[in-house]
Amino acid sequence: MRPYLGLFRHDVLLAFRQGGEIGLALGFFVLAVMLFPLGVGPEAETLRQIGAGIIWVAALLAAVLSLDRLFAADYADGGLDLLALSAMPLEGAVVAKCAAHWVTTGLPLAIISPFLALLLDLDARSMAVLALGLLLGTPALSLLGAIAAALTLGARRPGVLSSLIVLPLYLPVLIFGAGAVEAGIAGGGARPHLLLLGALSLAALPLAPLATAAALRQALD
Amino acid sequence: MSGLAGWAAMGGYAAFVWPAYAVALAVLGGIAVQSVRRYRASLRELDRLQRGGR
Amino acid sequence: MLTYLANPARFMRWSGAMLPALGLAAVAMLAAGLYLALFVAPPDYQQGESVKIMFVHVPAAWLALFAYLVVAVASAVALVWKHPLAEIAAQAAAPLGAAFTLVCLVTGSLWGRPMWGTWWAWDARMTSVLVLFFLYLGYIALVNAFDDPGRGARAGSVLALVGVVNLPIIKFSVDWWNTLHQADSVFRMGGPTIDASMLWPLLVMAVGYLLLFKALLFVRMRTALNERKARALRLAAPARRSDAPVPGASPALR
Repeated sequence: MRPYLGLFRHDVLLAFRQGGEIGLALGFFVLAVMLFPLGVGPEAETLRQIGAGIIWVAALLAAVLSLDRLFAADYADGGLDLLALSAMPLEGAVVAKCAAHWVTTGLPLAIISPFLALLLDLDARSMAVLALGLLLGTPALSLLGAIAAALTLGARRPGVLSSLIVLPLYLPVLIFGAGAVEAGIAGGGARPHLLLLGALSLAALPLAPLATAAALRQALD
Repeated sequence: MSGLAGWAAMGGYAAFVWPAYAVALAVLGGIAVQSVRRYRASLRELDRLQRGGR
Repeated sequence: MLTYLANPARFMRWSGAMLPALGLAAVAMLAAGLYLALFVAPPDYQQGESVKIMFVHVPAAWLALFAYLVVAVASAVALVWKHPLAEIAAQAAAPLGAAFTLVCLVTGSLWGRPMWGTWWAWDARMTSVLVLFFLYLGYIALVNAFDDPGRGARAGSVLALVGVVNLPIIKFSVDWWNTLHQADSVFRMGGPTIDASMLWPLLVMAVGYLLLFKALLFVRMRTALNERKARALRLAAPARRSDAPVPGASPALR
């Protein structure tokens, strides 16, 4: 357990110390959300209807932008080679890094989402479903994103390529996350959607690191 | 409308049916042509190299 | 059969022998299918003659999915058994699959316009096919994003497998999303069951598409093997001539 916690702590501290990292993702998140009222007009009715979707899309894009934090630096300075050679199974190291990524990306997004929901005039219940959905779904975003980040190490234009690869994989999370809020508004209950979100994250937990580790080994060959 | 003109009109949907078939032909034909062209080029190149060219 | 054909030389001989017949069969089937579709099949009681688009649209959807499975299976074989031709097969199939997907999307749009009044309807099937198109684009982009083609091939294999595992999940979520938003897009082709007069053209076109896919797959695989051989020869050339150009120089530079 020790080496995993160590790796987790290391990545989290790194993200905090380079304070810009977390701030950047959050800043983009807020900015992206703010673009929509400017684009579609400030009528509260419209914003309320599309608000959940806007926030989820913005969260997805912010997550995609933050993916290069996962492996690129370690790949460049040899830290990844050390990880691969260490006694820790690479899959476990990936989980630790994804956890650190989530704590410094998904979790902050979920926390400030209620404030953005306020900007879009969502009611209190929707705010709660939104935040809970983000909490449940963003781990999947980190885990799936790690696959794309690992696959594109050493590629030309890794950022754009990662986005192209990962966004189709993110679609189920988006659908159930935004759907949860809509279902809550429509009165049908958000529970099934939230459960599915949780299921996606749980399913990604054992599976995504397998693909990620395989991709990392290819990059290090 | 009867006969050939009637058939070509596709019951009024001609503006959709014919472009659809045209697109299918263009895309599938296009990739077929591209594949064969590139194949022939690879044959020529290989032949040239095997005969001692650089 | 897979291990028998693992030897590239043997594959070249075998595919070379099959190719003319395969190509001819594809053309014949497609011609027959087009004849049946355009001249024999009756109009639909609901959609009139626009249902004729189905004969180029639905087989394209089937092949789009089939080609992805070919990419995925070939990728799995490449990763697990390191079959020498598997990566070549996967990379050859992907552009073909993308082409069928594009045909499906455009013909679907043309089919939907008179039916739904819009050029695009976000129904479950079309949205899933659109996502499939991006899965293809991502795979092709990834494979071509590395200077080292071997690395690109291996990365592509992993991505193909990730994609195929996610495909049912994506399809499920898109179906869910669609029913949530009550999009009315029921395609009923000639009633609850397809009449034989429409089924035959559909199946013949599907077989024609399949034969076309197989023929072009072989063509592209043979091309890849030729290009590989050419690259090897070009790299070996400097050892034979003292004034040779820089090894590995791309054809475009010459």
